[in-house]
Amino acid sequence: MTALVLGTPWGEVPDLLLPALGETALMVGIVMAIVVALGLPLGLLIFNTSPGGLAPNRTVNASISWIANLGRSLPFLVLMAAIIPFTRFVVGTTIGIQAAIIPMSLAGIAFFARLVENAVREIPPELLDVGLATGGSRWQIVRSIQLVEALPALAAALTLNVIAMIEYSAIAGAIGAGGLGYLAVNYGYQQFDDNIMISCIVLLVVLVQVIQFTGDRVVRVLSH
Amino acid sequence: MIEISGLTKSYGATTVLDGIDFRVDDAQIAAIVGPSGAGKSTLARCINLLERPTTGTITVDDRELTSLSRRDLRDARRQIGTVFQSASLLRRLTAAQNVALPLRYLGLSDAELRLRVRDLLDRVGMLHRANHYPAQLSGGQRQRIGIARGLALQPSVLLSDEATSGLDPDATRSILDLLTGLRDDLGVTILVITHEMDVVRTVADVVAHLDHGRIVESGAVADVVRRSDSTLSRALLPLPPAPAEDTLRTWRLRYAADAIDPRWLARAGRELGTDIAVLAALVEEAGHEQVGRLTVGVDAGLDDRRVAEAFARQGIRAARATDGDVELDEQAIA
Ligand SMILES: Nc1ncnc2c1ncn2[C@@H]1O[C@H](COP(=O)(O)OP(=O)(O)OP(=O)(O)O)[C@@H](O)[C@H]1O
Ligand SMILES: [Mg+2]
Repeated sequence: MTALVLGTPWGEVPDLLLPALGETALMVGIVMAIVVALGLPLGLLIFNTSPGGLAPNRTVNASISWIANLGRSLPFLVLMAAIIPFTRFVVGTTIGIQAAIIPMSLAGIAFFARLVENAVREIPPELLDVGLATGGSRWQIVRSIQLVEALPALAAALTLNVIAMIEYSAIAGAIGAGGLGYLAVNYGYQQFDDNIMISCIVLLVVLVQVIQFTGDRVVRVLSH
Repeated sequence: MIEISGLTKSYGATTVLDGIDFRVDDAQIAAIVGPSGAGKSTLARCINLLERPTTGTITVDDRELTSLSRRDLRDARRQIGTVFQSASLLRRLTAAQNVALPLRYLGLSDAELRLRVRDLLDRVGMLHRANHYPAQLSGGQRQRIGIARGLALQPSVLLSDEATSGLDPDATRSILDLLTGLRDDLGVTILVITHEMDVVRTVADVVAHLDHGRIVESGAVADVVRRSDSTLSRALLPLPPAPAEDTLRTWRLRYAADAIDPRWLARAGRELGTDIAVLAALVEEAGHEQVGRLTVGVDAGLDDRRVAEAFARQGIRAARATDGDVELDEQAIA
């Protein structure tokens, strides 16, 4: 088994790498869709129930804030292990991409909710007054002022979140979730396949750089 | 019409507004002046109920606001245009989109909306900047956009909190012309909050001096400027300092030019049997009237009451000048 010692020949690396990249993209894509769908409203709710928000409510704010903190207080690996029963209940399995999506989404939602809250908090408070004074309903103000003015900050938050999810997807590789993390751990680490290890590292670094660069560009275009 | 009665606003133990009674009639411009922290902005925010009064009532065009439901309040607020300090425009919207915001809340169709926005931008002279973002506009231009937005719903009442502060005299002038135009052409009732006495002098019909949450002096500007012994009148029309003379006692005089005989100085002097020294004098327009203000010296041997009565018979309000009240003038209020 020379391959074990020498590593996968370079010519065969893309055959392993590209499907793994596809799996990572799929995992992160699905998770981000869930994260935005649930984390955005949650973040808006946290801000708007806080004292400077449109519907201050101490009890509601404290409760959802506590839940969001819970999702962020555990290291991802611990969270993943801790919610295995829940994961099995929801998707019926504890390994593979489906199983990884559950803990990734939970951690991602909690993270994104905080980022959204901070982004909306940056909006000058007078702008909410403008909305109220000109006869806007709270829902209209959320859509026409909060989401519009916070858009650059939300794009930055999204970038940060995607990168965090790529990192989590690599950790989820440990439970056989597939993707670049799985490849790096199984071939690179456990089978001492240096070629795969190096390729995975380079690909992850390039991926993160490209996403950050693109995100920064988008933020610049959105800010006037 | 705005009627504020018994308005009190407290934050915990601190009382910011303390028993305010104030009324602005239709098509009038009222100015609220007072030192920083007096409660001026809080008063404005209570009028459109961005702050809920602790006690008291706010009536705008016969509708009492503090007892309205959330839905009715939204509707009532549409009668009250607000121009915020430093304009408060949305950075990511163009000038036209900013002006359109209240109309979109109202649910106007796109076609109708475009038409109204055009009108509004035209009124404030900003049609040529319709598609500029706030960052591409000057402070004065942003303020005009803020005014256009405040007028979008054709309100009967306009609140303006320091709309001209930080603007150069030309920009200030054109904003003030805009406000007087609104009052005269559209009959809008306007409440301006300002620390600039020039603003009060040039546009206000009535003025109130707010200090520590209370109105300490108020009245029609035309009346206030004729008061000889009031902080507000001295702030509105300060006199230059007069040289002190040992044998003379200094008096401050005020009169409305159309209410007196032009020979009043000679006549008062003849009645008192003395020569009156004119130390400083100004005639200016304020509250649509020519107001004359003088500092005169009168023989210190004469009885104060007799001097005051002699001036009063000529239609002149007179008060003894006390030391240091010259310096008091403008900074007492602004
Ligand atoms: N939300 C609040 N909680 C506590 N105190 C407040 C609050 N808002 C205003 N105040 C206090 O009320 C007082 C009046 O404030 P306000 O902003 O009305 O003053 P102002 O007359 O507008 O002053 P300026 O000329 O500086 O704008 C201040 O002492 C301020 O600290
Ligand atoms: Mg203020």
